[in-house]
Amino acid sequence: MHAVVFVKQVPDSTEVRIDPRTNTLMREGVPSIINPYDAHAVEEAVRLKERFGGKVTVISMGPPQAREVLKRSISFGADVGVLVTDRAFGGSDTLATSYILSQALRKVAEQEPVDIVLAGKQAIDGDTAQVGPGIATRMGWPQLTYVMNIISVDPDKREIVVERKLEGGKEIVKARLPVLLTVEKGINELRYATFPNLLRAARYEVTMWGKDQLAVDPGKIGLKGSPTTVGRIFPPPPREGGEKLPGGDDNPDQVAALLADLLIKRNLIADR
Amino acid sequence: MVNERFDAIVVGAGPSGTAAATTMARAGLKVLLLEKGEFPGAKNVMGGILYRHATEEFVPGFWKEAPLERPITDKRMWLLTGDSAITAGFKTRRYFDEPNSFTVLRAKFDRWFAQKAVEAGATLITETVVGDFLYEDDRIVGVKVEREDGEVRADVVVLAEGANALLSRKAGLRGDIPPEHVAVAVKELISLPKEKIEDRFNLEEGQGAAIEMVGESTRGIFGTAFVYTNKESISIGLGVILSHLIERKFAPYDLLDAFKQHPMVKPLIAGGETKEYMAHLIPEGGYKAMPKLYRDGLLLVGDAAMFVNSLRGEGSNLATISGKLAGETVIEAKKRGDFSAGTLSLYRRKLEESFVLKDLKQYRNVAEFFEENPHFFNLYPELAGQAAYEFFKVDGVPKREKQRKIMEMIKGKRSLLSIGGDLFRAWRVLG
Ligand SMILES: Cc1cc2nc3c(=O)[nH]c(=O)nc-3n(C[C@H](O)[C@H](O)[C@H](O)COP(=O)(O)OP(=O)(O)OC[C@H]3O[C@@H](n4cnc5c(N)ncnc54)[C@H](O)[C@@H]3O)c2cc1C
Repeated sequence: MHAVVFVKQVPDSTEVRIDPRTNTLMREGVPSIINPYDAHAVEEAVRLKERFGGKVTVISMGPPQAREVLKRSISFGADVGVLVTDRAFGGSDTLATSYILSQALRKVAEQEPVDIVLAGKQAIDGDTAQVGPGIATRMGWPQLTYVMNIISVDPDKREIVVERKLEGGKEIVKARLPVLLTVEKGINELRYATFPNLLRAARYEVTMWGKDQLAVDPGKIGLKGSPTTVGRIFPPPPREGGEKLPGGDDNPDQVAALLADLLIKRNLIADR
Repeated sequence: MVNERFDAIVVGAGPSGTAAATTMARAGLKVLLLEKGEFPGAKNVMGGILYRHATEEFVPGFWKEAPLERPITDKRMWLLTGDSAITAGFKTRRYFDEPNSFTVLRAKFDRWFAQKAVEAGATLITETVVGDFLYEDDRIVGVKVEREDGEVRADVVVLAEGANALLSRKAGLRGDIPPEHVAVAVKELISLPKEKIEDRFNLEEGQGAAIEMVGESTRGIFGTAFVYTNKESISIGLGVILSHLIERKFAPYDLLDAFKQHPMVKPLIAGGETKEYMAHLIPEGGYKAMPKLYRDGLLLVGDAAMFVNSLRGEGSNLATISGKLAGETVIEAKKRGDFSAGTLSLYRRKLEESFVLKDLKQYRNVAEFFEENPHFFNLYPELAGQAAYEFFKVDGVPKREKQRKIMEMIKGKRSLLSIGGDLFRAWRVLG
C-alpha cells in the first residue's frame, strides 16, 4: 500500500507572542514545527505500512527550511520526503496550493500508484482546512474529512471504512480507494522515533521539486493563481465576563433557584 | 541495535563535545554527535563570556558570522558592601577592534557551533539521551540511547556531558561530587533596550561590559556574582559553593533576589523584564578534584572532567580546547588502530602541555584557600568599604587623624599581622 501524506511547517503557536506595541504576531525567533495534525497523519500512514506493507511518501510545500518537517516525518518512519519549493509558488492561497500539490501528487502517483492520501484536518497557522479537500477534488477522489478512526481497509476490494467526527456526533462511512483523508489528533498516539529512524532522518536528503519539475500552469500558481485577498487580520474580541450571581456561600439554595429562574426565562432549560 | 558502526561517538553537543566532533570529522572520521536537548544549547547555561582564542581555533574570525552578543571592551571588578562598592576595571578600544571575549547566549551560540561539526560531516542527533555504555570485557565499545533500538557502536566514546556527569560516574571515572566541589549558579536574563544598556554602562554602540563582584553580592559567602551586557538584555547571576549554601540554609534564588535589590545593582536593571531564569552546576573542585580522564574506549572532556578555572571565570574555553585535544588523540589512536587506555593517555599529555592543565595546576590550591579564609568574602570587603568611606569623606578632620582612625578600625576587626599573612598567602596561591 502506498500512502502519501501532506505536511506543513508552521510556527509553534505555543511560542508565538504578540508585540504589545503594535499588536501584531511576533514571528521572529519563533521555532517552526510540523503542523500537529499532520504529525498524526504521518503516524497513521506509518501504521498502515506496518499493517499492510508498502511505502509512505511525505510531501510538503514551503521554503527550503521546510525540509526539516520532512526529515521529522522520516524519523517517524516515512520512506520518502519531497519538498515542493520555488519562488514562483510564493503567495499561493489555498486554491493555488492545492493545485500545485495535486500536480506533485500526480507525479508521485506516476512513479508508483497511490492508494491513500492523508493530511491533518487543518493547519494551526491558517485554520482553513481547504488544501486537503482541494487536492481530492482536483484528483477526482473521494474525501473523508475529520477522520477519528480508520475502522478497516481492504486493499483487494479497494475499500476503506472510517469514523468521521461531526458536530455533536460521529459518522461511519465507506469509500473507494484511492481516497483522501484529513485526520483529527485523536486518530492515534504519536510514538517516539526509533533510533535507526532518527539516524536515517539526520542524514536524509530531501528531494526538491520546483516549477520546472512539476507540470504547472504559470497562471494558476503564486499570487497570479490566488484569487483570495485578506481583508483584515485581527485578534478575536476578548470574551466579556459573564454575569455573576452573588451570595452563593451563604444562601446556596436561594442562588440556585435564582439561577434556574434566569435560565428558564432565557429558554435555556425547560420548566417542568 | 544499529548495524552501522562509527569511529567515534560524542555524548553532548556543548562546546567541548562540538569541538571534539568537529576535530574528528574534519580529519575524515565517521562521527556521531548525540545531544539530549531539542537542539544544541537549548537548555545550556553560562554567564556567559566566551573567549575568542578557543573558538577561533575552529573558525578563524568567527565573530563576523557567529550569533554573539557584544565584545567585552570594559571589564570591571566590584567589591560590594551592604550599601557601597569599591570598583576597579580595565577599559580599552583595542578589545573592540581585536576582540578578546564576547557575551553570548548559549541557546544561539551552541546551535551555531554544532553546525560546524555537521558541516564537517558529523551526524548530529538531538532529543536523544544517552543512558549507558556498551561494554566488551572491560572496554567501552558504544552507547545505549533511550530510544527503541538504541544501541550503537564505535571505536571510542568522547563523553562531553557537562557538570552533572551521570555517565562519568557510571563509567567509574569519578565518584559523587562532594558539595565543597560544586557551585550552584543561578542567572536571569533581563531584557532592556539597547540604548538604555549603552547609557547605563557607559558604552559605545555595540560594545559590552562585564562586571564581576564579590562580597555582599553573595551575602558574604564563598562565591561570585556577575552582571554582563548582551545586545538587548542583561545577564545577571551568581554562583556559590553548594556546601556553604547548605550550611547557611540559603536558597540560591533568594540570594539572587537580594543581589538584584542591592542599591548598586538595582539601577543597572531597573525597568527591565525578566525573560528567563536558569540554574546550573559549575564543577569547581579544580586540579586536585579532577576525575580520571580516560579508560579503554572512553575520553572525558569539558565540565564532565571538571575543567573549570573558577577564579578566572573560564570554563567554555577549557571545554573547547579539551574537546579539540581529545579529538586529536582519537585521530592518533585511529592511526594506530588502538583505543586502549595506553594510547588514550596521550590525551592527558596534550592537556598537560596546554594552558588547560597548566592553569588548573597553578590554581590548584585556590578552592581550599578561600574555603579556609572566608574573610575575603565578608570581612575584607566590609573593611575596605569602611576605609574608603572614611578616606574620601571631606569633613575637616586632619588627614593624619583620619588615617589613624582607619587603621584602628581595621585593627579592631583583625590584626594587621593576620591580614598581612592572608594577603601573602593569597598572593602565593594565585602565583
Ligand atoms: C551560570 C554560569 C556561568 C558561567 N559563566 C561562564 C563564563 O562566563 N565563561 C566561561 O567560559 N564559562 C562559564 N561557565 C562555565 C561553562 O558554562 C562550562 O564550562 C561549559 O559550558 C562546559 O562545556 P561542556 O561542553 O563541557 O558542557 P555543557 O556546556 O554543559 O554541555 C553538555 C551537553 O551535553 C548534553 N548532555 C548531557 N548529558 C547527556 C546525555 N546523557 N545524553 C545526551 N546529551 C547529554 C547537554 O544537554 C549539553 O548540551 C559558566 C557556567 C555557569 C553555570
